[in-house]
Amino acid sequence: MSDAPLYRRLGLTDDEYERVVGILGRPPNEAELAMYSVMWSEHCSYKSSRAHLGRFRHDQEWVVLGPGENAGVVDLGDGWLAALRIESHNHPSYVEPYQGAATGVGGILRDIFTMGARPIALWDTLRFGPLDQPQNRYLMQGVVGGIAGYGNAVGVPTLGGEVEFADRFSKNPLVNVMALGLMRKDQLVMKAAAGAGNVAILIGASTGRDGIGGASILASASFAEGDEEKRPSVQVGDPFEEKKLIEACLDLYDRSLVAAIQDLGAAGISCATSESAAAGGMGMDVDLDAVHLREPGMTAAEILMSESQERMLAIVTPEKAEEVLRITKKWEVEASIIGKVTASPDLRVFQSGQLVADLPAASLSDDAPIYRRPAAMPSYQEALWADLPDLPESVDIGDALRHLLDDPALGDRSWIHEQYDHMLFLNTVVGPGNDGSLLRIKGTEKGLAVSTDGDSLRCYLDPERGAERLVFEAALNVAVTGARPYAVVDNLNFGNPEQPAVMWQFTGVVEGLASACEALNVPVVGGNVSFYNATDGVDIYPAPVVGMLGFCDPMPQRPPRLDRAAVGMEIWLVGPEAGTDFAASAYSRIVLDHIGGRPEAADAVSARSVTEHAARLAYSAPVLHDISQGGLAVAIAEICVKSDVGAMIDVEDWRLLLDESPHRVIAVVPEDFDLAVEDAPVRRIGTIGGGSIDFGALGSIDVTEAHHIWYHALRRRLSLLA
Amino acid sequence: MRVAVVVFPGTNCEHDVVHALSLLGADPELVWHRDEDLADAAGVILPGGFAHGDYLRTGAIARFSPVMQAVEDMAAKGRSVLGICNGFQILCEAGLLPGAMVANRDLSFICRPVDLEVTSTKSILTATATVGDLLHIPLNSYEGNFIAPPADVKALESDHRVVLRYHGENPNGSTNAIAGITNERGNVAGLMPHPERATEPVLGSTDGRVLLESFVASLASVPA
Repeated sequence: MSDAPLYRRLGLTDDEYERVVGILGRPPNEAELAMYSVMWSEHCSYKSSRAHLGRFRHDQEWVVLGPGENAGVVDLGDGWLAALRIESHNHPSYVEPYQGAATGVGGILRDIFTMGARPIALWDTLRFGPLDQPQNRYLMQGVVGGIAGYGNAVGVPTLGGEVEFADRFSKNPLVNVMALGLMRKDQLVMKAAAGAGNVAILIGASTGRDGIGGASILASASFAEGDEEKRPSVQVGDPFEEKKLIEACLDLYDRSLVAAIQDLGAAGISCATSESAAAGGMGMDVDLDAVHLREPGMTAAEILMSESQERMLAIVTPEKAEEVLRITKKWEVEASIIGKVTASPDLRVFQSGQLVADLPAASLSDDAPIYRRPAAMPSYQEALWADLPDLPESVDIGDALRHLLDDPALGDRSWIHEQYDHMLFLNTVVGPGNDGSLLRIKGTEKGLAVSTDGDSLRCYLDPERGAERLVFEAALNVAVTGARPYAVVDNLNFGNPEQPAVMWQFTGVVEGLASACEALNVPVVGGNVSFYNATDGVDIYPAPVVGMLGFCDPMPQRPPRLDRAAVGMEIWLVGPEAGTDFAASAYSRIVLDHIGGRPEAADAVSARSVTEHAARLAYSAPVLHDISQGGLAVAIAEICVKSDVGAMIDVEDWRLLLDESPHRVIAVVPEDFDLAVEDAPVRRIGTIGGGSIDFGALGSIDVTEAHHIWYHALRRRLSLLA
Repeated sequence: MRVAVVVFPGTNCEHDVVHALSLLGADPELVWHRDEDLADAAGVILPGGFAHGDYLRTGAIARFSPVMQAVEDMAAKGRSVLGICNGFQILCEAGLLPGAMVANRDLSFICRPVDLEVTSTKSILTATATVGDLLHIPLNSYEGNFIAPPADVKALESDHRVVLRYHGENPNGSTNAIAGITNERGNVAGLMPHPERATEPVLGSTDGRVLLESFVASLASVPA
């Protein structure tokens, strides 16, 4: 390995190296090579995915900014804008779970306040291997600890998320974080550097040797034995520094002191300077001697590639520079003037008076190769579809629930979200443990709902159908809080894109997401692609995660919650006929120990009508619950254990209770409640009351027993020593 | 009637406290930790968060912030001083209240509503409540486990200076289930739960109002 040329050790291919030589007209020096290697990495350049991402629509009139800026921005009316973004921090979290997850939170928050918005909430979507393996317990405890440790201290509430467990994530856990910000229209800031002569001010933490090559070496390659040596590539987070940085930046925006701003994430100063300059059609001269460093003796390449956290690059007109430095000092944040915007298109980097890098700024961000990698359906796919679960004639639903509620992904997840501050800022109207979160916007009647959803098993069995259903499920999850689907961000987690099977999964997922979003007329305003989630040649399940933003105005004052069922209320099922969809169902996976079959396709017409109906019902129904994993039986059980009530259910066929057909919602309502609608079928299926969840001839389970199993499902597994 | 709400670097509940106080008709104002003059404030609140990152030990650096001399002067004059969560920890570090907070019994951060019982009304925090009142208020802390030398605990108990106690389950292992205490004079108080998070029906509970109302009511009779 050490004999390989430097460019290969930095992650560039022979062809890519030749391309660099072509752009410069000469071989790059070490610093330049470092810059190209990170900026052209899969992580930064999206070289394998870019050709496909144009499939997503974002031309709806309420979209202020789609993909391309640091975060998507949508208009909420009356001068309010919301900024949203999702990011993965998968590889760092495997190498060092606490810091990997913590810095994932820090990075996504910077994407939000870079836009001028105050970050108001976070969600986490996590995937681990089974918890009977000690390493997976260690990873999960570290990741949750890192999110809590950083998120709580930085002062942004974490409102929930979701979690999934499967063997395929044992050596490649997934940590995706979504963030939401809120701002007034006049606070919006962009990254494009404008105006020759403007100065570039580096604000925040000092630059050190941490995280060097994180984007290229760590995030853009698969794992294999002996990867412990990659640990120095993981950054170390300091939430206190970030908290000060947030307040300092928001103060600068309030005073209209910055012309543009860009956060430093992957690829550090290389990325921030080149992207800002290129976006403005300008160049920049950068003086590395001016950068405030954590330690002496850093080389130009190290300074340029460092991924030290909690840093921002502000572009400021010269006469305002002094005022900017005064404000940052007030907030006890360091700042240095490190560069100047130039009219030439070149990024020129100086150290000790020497020109150490000189290249066209746009070539780093815009000239990365775009790969149309071959895609082919994997050879096993048809056999997988033909491998149907062997369904029994009859099932005791009480027994099935004893298994299902004991699954760590279906049981109580409060072990996770009670470690997160989820109430800060006094906006949380519906918090964790419900289908979607609901936040109020103080001083208005508006509400914002968010749901994050993933189902990698369903996407493995059918990428396109699985992805489509994810979008519709996320839409229902925000609808049950009263909100209409308003914008989507997606995080596309996949294996090695050089495998045609992985590219087939990827293109299927993109098509599924795009068509479902079109059916709902909801824009995709941003996303993240994480490839190379493969260890020792085993790819993860395709794991797209949908972050759905919902919007309501006015917001329901008493939106549905799962703990509001009371004795005497009626249980209604809203949605189309069901009973046949067992591929990727929790029942097949957990009880039958079977993975196979082909999930049913979504029905856009049903999806729209049920979503619309749920959003209307949310203004009066005490409980509304999307039916997803575990089907109707688990959905009823969740309502019962959270409301501490029993239920008598009158459903004659066990299949209707355990299948996972899409577009269905349970409503629990008072006796005289009028559920009638024209286009969404409704059916009364039971009554709240008694001490058990009673399915008549199909069995029953005491509420106390169900609660006990559900409450301990995750806790008892994690209480084992890591 | 100005209430100074102190902002240390790392404080994060300051806007929430201002919002809740405004709902109650008080006149809150944010004060930076380097300000040394609180002369025209009738009362001061140290809100929750992670002052100075909680580095070294919660409150250990914050007690040396320049504003703390003014807070001590206010306490000495008998004006109202309230610490919420991290603010409580800072008051303990500053010696304005006895004891200290250590890591929760189960070594994990706890964010959820807990039940509290009002056990004394001899403080600016509980004066308008009634002994025996049960309040449902969110807790949000990692170091919320109150400890103190046995003699201090005994004195707190015998002087009726334990003003709030966890009711039912003790969530964090706090000594004698102590959730809030006051000084001898009753003008300096601290509690771990967040009353500002329970002041509006839309947020699920209004049980925090009586505590903040007590604080606001106390401002009318502060010594000059």
